[in-house]
Amino acid sequence: MKGFKIIVLAKQVPDTRNVGKDAMKADGTVNRAALSAIFNPEDLNALELALRIKDNNEGTTVTVLTMGPGRAAEIIREAMYRGADNGYLLTDRKFAGSDTLATSYALSLAVKKLEPFDLVIAGRQAIDGDTAQVGPQVAEKLGLPQVTYAEEIMSVSRGKITVKRRLERGVETVEAPMPLVVTVHSSAPECRPRHAKHTIKFKHARTLGELQDTSEDYLQLRKDRPYLLIEEWGVGDVGADVAQLGLSGSPTKVRKIENVVFTGRESKVLTADDNSLEGLMKELIDNHTLG
Amino acid sequence: MDNIFVYCEIEDGHVAEVSLELLSKGRFLADRLKCRLEAVVLGNGLKGVEKQVFPFGADVIHIADDKRLTPYQTLPHASIVSGLFRQEKPCIGLFGATSVGRDLAPRIASALKCGLTADCTALEIGDHTESKTGKEYKDLLYQIRPAFGGNIIATIINPETRPQLATVREGVMKKEVYSDGHQGEVKLLDADKWLGDSDFIVNIIERHIEKRKVNIKNAGVIVAGGYGVGSKENFRLLYDLAGVLGGEVAGSRAAVDGGFIEHERQVGQTGVTVRPKLYIACGISGQIQHRAGMDQSAIIISINNDPEAPINQIADYTIIGDLTEIIPKMIKYYQKNTK
Repeated sequence: MKGFKIIVLAKQVPDTRNVGKDAMKADGTVNRAALSAIFNPEDLNALELALRIKDNNEGTTVTVLTMGPGRAAEIIREAMYRGADNGYLLTDRKFAGSDTLATSYALSLAVKKLEPFDLVIAGRQAIDGDTAQVGPQVAEKLGLPQVTYAEEIMSVSRGKITVKRRLERGVETVEAPMPLVVTVHSSAPECRPRHAKHTIKFKHARTLGELQDTSEDYLQLRKDRPYLLIEEWGVGDVGADVAQLGLSGSPTKVRKIENVVFTGRESKVLTADDNSLEGLMKELIDNHTLG
Repeated sequence: MDNIFVYCEIEDGHVAEVSLELLSKGRFLADRLKCRLEAVVLGNGLKGVEKQVFPFGADVIHIADDKRLTPYQTLPHASIVSGLFRQEKPCIGLFGATSVGRDLAPRIASALKCGLTADCTALEIGDHTESKTGKEYKDLLYQIRPAFGGNIIATIINPETRPQLATVREGVMKKEVYSDGHQGEVKLLDADKWLGDSDFIVNIIERHIEKRKVNIKNAGVIVAGGYGVGSKENFRLLYDLAGVLGGEVAGSRAAVDGGFIEHERQVGQTGVTVRPKLYIACGISGQIQHRAGMDQSAIIISINNDPEAPINQIADYTIIGDLTEIIPKMIKYYQKNTK
């Protein structure tokens, strides 16, 4: 066998970094519809590291695996436009409401179904939750070692990978056996843009669900070009135990959600004129906040 | 059984600050639950380490002293802590939300099939009634954290599974000596019963740990900038002001993402938590993740051209206007009045 088989775990997330005024509904809940859905940023870094291995190792395949609603197929196509070979969408109502443990259970079953593989690579964390838990939890469920916070893949050879990690206070280079799970830090190289050749090739890639929803008629096209099929897997396809999925399979429960209410302190409002600012600085010096 | 465990990280032979902070919080929770507080320390050359943790209220310290356990590696530490938790059945397990804790805790949660909440900003004990079934739960750990980009604050609970696991960032909990004379029991772990050859298949071939250069956590005065500062050039003004006031410069996540300032200086839920005597927020709108990292500051000044910026509501002083005009004046009048 030539090359490596790489699985990229990716997530479509609401763009929580660009929360506009209409992001909250009148009742104070989050208006998901007002937030655009994007490719989780660190998952793009992970895709880039995977594509770099593919660049340098002929015969390498990069498969994207995501879990989410039907529209999450968008990020699989996005990954294909940038160089991924194929993708799988793990989608089923029974997955809804899963916490990180239940999510990692579902993902690990899907990854097992894609065996054999050399490397599972994912972003360190997703911006909607910032937990950084799913990568290590998938690794544990697969019984594989994990290398977290990767910044660079220094070398890959048959059965062995060398990874530079970005830690809080420095860097560490580790050598680990494959297969394994790697999570990627935002300091890793940015993902390459779409490539025209790939974009043309995969423009019509669809899941079956999308074909049903949009009455697009690509059946003949797909017969001719089977790579345009993005496979959808449900609970039954990965052989999941429903009791370990969704809300009921999640040990963490949300007891209470509070909207952020800004509690005011007694606040003095000043203007930028000289008198106000001199008064302020004097006050801070006099009450020993400064000096 | 049913005690509170704190995984203590070792840095240069010392128990890390974040672990001591967690012991302080753990002591408080243990008094509330009337249970014991137990520390777990894994590493090499740990003789006398108990003297560092007992003053913070630990009743028991579990020590595994083995040269293979330093520096930290995921698999051996996860095997030992998972094994110890299976044996001791704690009710709560706390980890620092550090590069070690955030690597280790999810691995353990997965192995034990229990719930884990990352980056908690508060931990409390309380009861819960399941609305659907009416089932009542006593004395759960409320794990409180901002979520969904900081637009909401969620209280997470783990009603059924134990231990209830949480990570907390450095600086969020307050480190407090419980009693200098507090003594506990030292238990040496037989780590070999949980370790196997397969735990040592990853090799660290090179590491250089750089001491943190900037230390905004201990600064008495912090001048922080947000996206509203506008440019890296304008950030120089913040450095000027911090220099004059003897403080440090910090930034919000938006300022870090915008490339105005380096990540080590980020204040907030995914950065550092600070509680200086004076926090000057320049061009910071005040999203909850940012506020979670600074709202304990003694005095907050907000400089913003938007009178409606949310940060103004927690500020003691709000100066409305252009920071390129205001900051030079603050420097001028500080220098004039300290002489």
